[in-house]
Amino acid sequence: MSEILEGHTVSRYDGELNTAHLQVLEMGGLVLDQCRQALEALKTGDLEAARHVLARERQVDSLELKLDETVWWVVGRRGPVARDLRAVMAFSKAVTDFERIGDEAARIAHATLAVYDDEIRRPSRKLLRDVQTMGRLALGMLADAVALYDTFELAGAEALVQRHHELDAEFQSSLRRLSTFILEDARNVGHAVNAVLLVKSLERIGDHARNLAEYVVHLVRGDDGRQDAVGDETGGAGTARAA
Amino acid sequence: MSSVPFSIGPAAQAAPVRPPAAQEAEAVGRPAPRPAAPPVPVKAEVRELEFHYGDFQGLKGLSMPVHERRVTALIGPSGCGKSTFLRCFNRMHDLYPGNRYRGEIRLLPDGTNLLASAVDPIEVRMRISMVFQKPNPFPKSIYENVAYGLRVRGEGNRRAIDDKVEQALRSAALWDEVKDRLQDLAFNLSGGQQQRLCIARALATDPEIMLFDEPTSALDPIATASIEELIADLKDKLTILIVTHNMQQAARVSDYTAYMYLGELVEFDTTERIFMQPKRKETEDYITGRFG
Repeated sequence: MSEILEGHTVSRYDGELNTAHLQVLEMGGLVLDQCRQALEALKTGDLEAARHVLARERQVDSLELKLDETVWWVVGRRGPVARDLRAVMAFSKAVTDFERIGDEAARIAHATLAVYDDEIRRPSRKLLRDVQTMGRLALGMLADAVALYDTFELAGAEALVQRHHELDAEFQSSLRRLSTFILEDARNVGHAVNAVLLVKSLERIGDHARNLAEYVVHLVRGDDGRQDAVGDETGGAGTARAA
Repeated sequence: MSSVPFSIGPAAQAAPVRPPAAQEAEAVGRPAPRPAAPPVPVKAEVRELEFHYGDFQGLKGLSMPVHERRVTALIGPSGCGKSTFLRCFNRMHDLYPGNRYRGEIRLLPDGTNLLASAVDPIEVRMRISMVFQKPNPFPKSIYENVAYGLRVRGEGNRRAIDDKVEQALRSAALWDEVKDRLQDLAFNLSGGQQQRLCIARALATDPEIMLFDEPTSALDPIATASIEELIADLKDKLTILIVTHNMQQAARVSDYTAYMYLGELVEFDTTERIFMQPKRKETEDYITGRFG
């Protein structure tokens, strides 16, 4: 159990926070594996693996319900404040991001089935290269984000918040390259659209990973670093984030 | 007819005008500054307050402001000195021999040091009234409980007393429940009503500050909620200091919170700050239940 969550006079409170923490880690691990398997299925054309990802989506939803229940229980019973409240809120928000990452993994699995459904016209490796590059970046961010929920390491979380720039740049480049495929040969349109949807899913996974890192920054540091990006209530310019 | 690229709906027309500072900040690509909150006036200034019960030092050099028309909660473990601190404000300690004050509690704007020996404690208690842990109505009628302070102050006009009693009972959210039985004995009221009667009694003399010493610890949740609601209403008119052991109550009702330990002020800040992001580890350990 993390030091940040323990030390209450009422040891059952430690236990309840520990339960929520383990559920977050379990859910994070599951969606990370979902994304890995979905991307591997796309790379190898393994339709069985893609179907397995879709079948496991129920597990993600089930973990979301379990964690929601734990969070409600802790809030209702203990009335957490200060870092306990930040931890519970981080867990509660993380579960939403994890659930949506799970949805993106399912989208990748669906797209894999669609891409390889056409026996005659398989997508070229060139067309899917951008997806694999984006996939490596997004998976790397997600793996680091999930690990943060084990260590609650502030420096790592702050660094991860900044890493979305790399993914954003790669996403824009991918869109430019994919549009050239369509311009070169109109028969590429079908696969190119799928590829665009895939890189968009991966870009969103990266955004969710960034959100997850921001929750850890808030939990450990206490202040909400997101205000710098969002601007003030009078309408300062903000940056896009996954919702 | 001139062409209009897009229509401007009511929502767009109603958009607030951006303040110049925000526009300027956007122009140079940085977030606009938040408008600074106006400073909250101070009703009392506590300076280096020390208090001794005989040889025992109960308070050790406390300094903090008490903001006007705000609720300030005093929290801390038993024996930390929060009730001792509260009682300094209306010189309750004067009732026992051997008690000594040092330092100042300056009441603003006149700057009276409440602890100065030349200041009459009775006068202090007219300006600063107190509500205790257990409801303690006098063995008199509901009416006489509220009128008591007015009579002590020398008010003899029956009509004026009637008006004041009604006003105080209304302010304490009790009028509708007792207006038809003002001559009933106060002990016939429920616990929550008795506590509101004590609040009405305290309000009758138009105090500037009201002190609440765990005012709901003897009440059920419904009566507690009505007292908390009352405190929220009263802060429009006066300044409130409240001692509570209930962390959630402190978070609910107060604007500022002071955490005390072993007679010292560990941290004083806005309640939001204390309960979300306290500066001191000792404060966080206490409010999160990691104390001891």
